Amino acid sequence: MILLLLALALLLGGALFPLLLVRNPKAATAAGVALAVAGSLAGLASAVQGLLGGIEQKFLLPWTLPLGAVRLGLDPLSAFFLVPLFLLGGVCALYGRGYLGLRPRDGTSWSFYNLLLVSMAVVFTARDAVLFVMAWELMAVTSFALVIHERERDSVRHAGWLYLAASHLGLAALLAVFFGLSHAAGGTLDLAAFRDVVPASGALGGLLFLLAVLGFGAKAGFLTLHGWLPEAHPAAPSHVSALMSGVLIKTGLYGLLRVLTFFSAWPAWWGGVLLALGLAGCLFGILQALTQQDLKRSLAFSSVENIGIIALGLGLGMLGAAWQLPAVAALGFAGALLHVLNHALCKGLLFLGAGAVLHGAGTLRLDRLGGLLKTMPQTGALFLFAAAAICALPPLNGFASEFLIYLGAFTGACHAEGWAGATGLIVIGGLALTGGLTLAAFARLTGLAFLGERRAEHPPHEASMAMRLPMLLLALGCALAGLGAPWLIPWLFPRLLAGTFPALKTLDAAPLAGAALGLRWVVILAAAFALLVLVLALLRRARVRAGGVAAAGTWDCGYVAPTARMQYTASSFSGPLAQLFQPFLRARAEGKLPAGLFPAPVQQSTKLRDVATDYVAVPLFRAIAWLAQQVRWLQHGRVQLYVLYIAVTLLALLLWKL
Amino acid sequence: MEALVHVLMVFLILANLRLLGGTRLNVCIVTVAAQGAVLGLLPLLLHPLSLTRHALTIALAAVVLKGGLFPWLLKRALRQAGVQREVAPYVGFTPSMFFGVLALGLGAALARKLPLPAPDASPLLVPVALATMLTGLFLIVARRQALMQVVGYLALENGIFAFGAVVMKEAPLLVEMGILLDIFVAVFVMGIMVFHISREFDHTDTERLSELKDWTP
Repeated sequence: MILLLLALALLLGGALFPLLLVRNPKAATAAGVALAVAGSLAGLASAVQGLLGGIEQKFLLPWTLPLGAVRLGLDPLSAFFLVPLFLLGGVCALYGRGYLGLRPRDGTSWSFYNLLLVSMAVVFTARDAVLFVMAWELMAVTSFALVIHERERDSVRHAGWLYLAASHLGLAALLAVFFGLSHAAGGTLDLAAFRDVVPASGALGGLLFLLAVLGFGAKAGFLTLHGWLPEAHPAAPSHVSALMSGVLIKTGLYGLLRVLTFFSAWPAWWGGVLLALGLAGCLFGILQALTQQDLKRSLAFSSVENIGIIALGLGLGMLGAAWQLPAVAALGFAGALLHVLNHALCKGLLFLGAGAVLHGAGTLRLDRLGGLLKTMPQTGALFLFAAAAICALPPLNGFASEFLIYLGAFTGACHAEGWAGATGLIVIGGLALTGGLTLAAFARLTGLAFLGERRAEHPPHEASMAMRLPMLLLALGCALAGLGAPWLIPWLFPRLLAGTFPALKTLDAAPLAGAALGLRWVVILAAAFALLVLVLALLRRARVRAGGVAAAGTWDCGYVAPTARMQYTASSFSGPLAQLFQPFLRARAEGKLPAGLFPAPVQQSTKLRDVATDYVAVPLFRAIAWLAQQVRWLQHGRVQLYVLYIAVTLLALLLWKL
Repeated sequence: MEALVHVLMVFLILANLRLLGGTRLNVCIVTVAAQGAVLGLLPLLLHPLSLTRHALTIALAAVVLKGGLFPWLLKRALRQAGVQREVAPYVGFTPSMFFGVLALGLGAALARKLPLPAPDASPLLVPVALATMLTGLFLIVARRQALMQVVGYLALENGIFAFGAVVMKEAPLLVEMGILLDIFVAVFVMGIMVFHISREFDHTDTERLSELKDWTP
């Protein structure tokens, strides 16, 4: 706990000093980055300590405000979420120093960055409802300030606005959840006192769960609530996108998990809701990622997909718990939690890589990129590595978590009948389809951006060392998390799950140990295979070097004068798959096709729609706006009548209470 | 002393009725100023035996501000704005007077039910205080001229002052002075606002100021 407080103090210092040094951007940046890294290191140590300790450590500091107190706690669940936070927090700070350079605005930017880290750490450790909500709001506001870093651009301001609106909508639902629980607990705001105050099987418990899904889902980016993700992520500076995608959206999942600890049993339909949301989220997310024209937008949709996978695992685990299938419950929850960590690592690396691409090539439009591997070999290799990790190729880290979820689903499908068996099959099918599409999507991203011939006019340049080193750190993290997973799983998750969730108290550790044993062989074999390929590649390189190489264009197929326009474009690569999934993508072609014997020049363009946003979220908000217009007549601008409203209300209250 | 308090109460009621029936802005400003100045003496009359220095300070400040400074500020604004009377109020003058009587009745009814320490000076005190507040609110709601709304605001404040005199035997000096300072600033600002409104729009009719709202269909 001391370490965590130290980390918070360092980060708060990191929020303060850049403001004091705002006249001197160099000193402000140095102070902000140094304190962010130092705070993250201390925080990482506290997280490891929390994971090792097992029992919850507490810290209480009363404050003078009428509600709440600074009540912090560090149990394994909090500590587990602190790991990606402080890992990415430190690495992204290092990267941001190289990425932002020394522009005059950076003092405030670093101040907000450190404040964001503090608020997220408090969100993960708060044990008081008011403190939690305050940290949650601080997190929304500081990340908003970071998203609109380039606020001169119209699209950035629009994205920031959308993000802020989504955050506040989510908070409205969360306030209802917390105050409902607080009321049921007799007015206390201590989260520990919320346990079992509302029966999960009742209507009130169900309502609270749905509100929590709505409120936390808006932050996590569950389907139909994900609209802000593809706007805000591209708008933000890359190190902020990495932090947001890696950690900030996970605060929603953490909140949901924390709410789940308040109930000692979960009805089956809760798991069903999460499973359905997750399945829809991962399929829609990856389909959208497959068809985006912008690298970061595509990565943002991939985050929607990964959040979907995590929700799928959680839903499977909850169903397992409800149906008395302890193996399914353990595997589902462990897979989902592990995926939180894995996704943070590889998506962070991908966003940092996208930032390096933006820095080097000056654009993120896939149709303007291409051939970057020749001039940015190291960034390209790191991006490829991260893409392989997120596609869940063994032995990298994405594989371990999806393996657990698959195993849970297979266990359900093989050992249960009726709904449980069918659910297992649905999960397997959905995950398999998602996995295949993910591979296509990331083959497209890396292929278009890094392979082939250069499309842009200006030659791109390799990212600076200050940017490559943090990426290398994250890549190491991906590899270690992947190779270490078989040993991490049986050590960490039985304790974490059984200790945190009352509904999983009778958790069976054997399936996790069995899964880890299986995973160990897969990882060892895959690592050996990867090593073999690496050795062969090195050998080949040495041989080829010795023989002398002739340089030629990529994919010119012997044609003498190829141009960069003769390559696959972003649309042509995804075209066949987009056509296959046309009912879900609702792509609309505009313009005419050439016709007649002497065709005149024509133009055609395709527009893709975000179905979940366009058909659910937009009509919903239109309806709300319409309702709001209907009461607009109250707002007529006559001062006299406003005073009359007040007077009549006060008088009525006075008469009513007497 | 009690008789004096009664006389004071009657004066307050009459001032309320005068405000409700007054057409000329000038007269209304003078009336509300006189009401405020007389009210300033109320704390002295209620507790004549415990005349401390700070009770005297408050009384003096109230009389000087409400009886002297506010009417001066408002009359200056009146001169600058160049309006003389309230021409077409939302609620006519005779119905307004009826409302004044009604407010007194409502105040009496409320006072009976309110769990307050019974005033030892006059049983009229709470009803009159409430009636004055209602009168102030009514003036704000029912008049068009921006200056009449300032007058209504001052009447409302007078009512609150009278009410405060009942509840608190001896209000802390700091609080009373703070309240007086607040009203001073408010009146000061409102005087300037009225002047600027009249210069910008050539009138001070609040009915026609509704175009300033943030959204039009």
